[in-house]
Amino acid sequence: MVTGETVENVAVKLLQLAVTELPQDVKEALQRAYREEEDEIGKAQLKAILDNVKLAEKTCAPMCQDTGVIIFYVKAGSQVQGLDKVEAALRNATARATKEIPLRPNAVDPFTQKNTGDNTGRFIPYIHWQIVPGDALEITVLPKGGGSENVSALGMLSSGQGIKALKKFVVDTVIKAGAKPCPPTVLGVAVGGGAEIAMNLAKETLLKPLNQPNPDPELAKLEQELREAANSTGIGPMGLGGKTTVLDVKVDYAHRHPASYPVAVVVQCWAARRASARIYSDGKVEYLTHKVK
Amino acid sequence: MAVYRLSTPISEETVRKLGVNDTVYLSGTIVTARDAAHRRALRFHKDGKRLPINLEGLAVFHCGPLVKKEAGGWRVVAAGPTTSSRMDLFEDEFIKDFKVRIVVGKGGMGKKTADAMKRYGAVYGAFTGGAAVLAAKAIKQVKGVEWSDLGMPEALWILEVENFGPLTVAIDTHGNNLFETIQTKVDHEKPSIYKKLGIP
Repeated sequence: MVTGETVENVAVKLLQLAVTELPQDVKEALQRAYREEEDEIGKAQLKAILDNVKLAEKTCAPMCQDTGVIIFYVKAGSQVQGLDKVEAALRNATARATKEIPLRPNAVDPFTQKNTGDNTGRFIPYIHWQIVPGDALEITVLPKGGGSENVSALGMLSSGQGIKALKKFVVDTVIKAGAKPCPPTVLGVAVGGGAEIAMNLAKETLLKPLNQPNPDPELAKLEQELREAANSTGIGPMGLGGKTTVLDVKVDYAHRHPASYPVAVVVQCWAARRASARIYSDGKVEYLTHKVK
Repeated sequence: MAVYRLSTPISEETVRKLGVNDTVYLSGTIVTARDAAHRRALRFHKDGKRLPINLEGLAVFHCGPLVKKEAGGWRVVAAGPTTSSRMDLFEDEFIKDFKVRIVVGKGGMGKKTADAMKRYGAVYGAFTGGAAVLAAKAIKQVKGVEWSDLGMPEALWILEVENFGPLTVAIDTHGNNLFETIQTKVDHEKPSIYKKLGIP
């Protein structure tokens, strides 16, 4: 049995962890980029990023003023009791975190332009559900910034051109985005399924740690090829030049319709924020992405 | 690639000495303004109304800060730059009408803005996107907030800063635009990237 109260408290903690402290794999990727960057201005940008990350962690302040639109991924164990309480708990947690941390209010009515003031609204926070075996509830939060989201792209490409069209689309998306998404970015790329399936898969790949290569050797090769291509554009940190345009590229796929070749590229800024925790039936909580004292 | 420590008000003469790739640390007064504030400011000027603050010699900061009201007044929690290209619509007139000398943001600005900078004497200082706590640390005090009816991110926040930076001069008064230079280089690289990936 999980209680709404536990879920709410854990979700507030996850939001705080996500916006104030990057997971270790992202910090390491930024440190490596700083060590390897040769462009003087590019290196200075990475230095400012690392200083900022350290300061945010130390002062427990959001590392970026854009604390994003809040998206939750929930893996619900089939034996967990109390799942009907989870959605309300996540909404309450989002509103509470907005006041307590604080988060910037980022939920705006697209017709009236009115900001709700607490990051909740119609379908927001968005919740992705997955039912899995077991008696644990795993919650991941992905606060997604607007600058990088604005350059994300979907291409309904020609199935006849296949993988070459995919590669071109990814490179063109990176070049068109230029400085806008706060590079070095992480690219989530997915092909197949259909328009929304590709988009969902691409966004979900952003939850994978940056230091783990794809278990599928073919996809691992494609990821490396795309990473090298993006980094040879010369866009560099903040678009001010250099060899670090992306920290990583993650690829996923679904089988496709014979006539369709949907390719989704979801762009994530350097502040690749995410946080996960697992709540067990006995109330025990395990944080998966961050060390919690 | 010189390093300058400048205090507001900044003179046109000083700003014309700066060149792209220079680094600036700024002290004094900067004022945040995004799309809505730019639009209203230009409307005020057309109607012959005075702005709540005289911007001459100051820096305008493309930023929607995260601020918290505390017992002693407002505190800036996080204040990184927003994407400047959205303000390309207004910035040339804004520079002309209000004589701001430094425009701070991220991602660079277009030709219309760069031309106005050359003509009226202003530079674009790129601040690292997302480095919001670093920016907040350099903000010593919120001196005031105007036009708060526009909402927290869109209001004019009048901020006192100390050694705010590093700002990379990316557009100067001599007609140089660092983002354009890089874009040209990127376009130049594109065919060889395609070739390596086997794209016809």
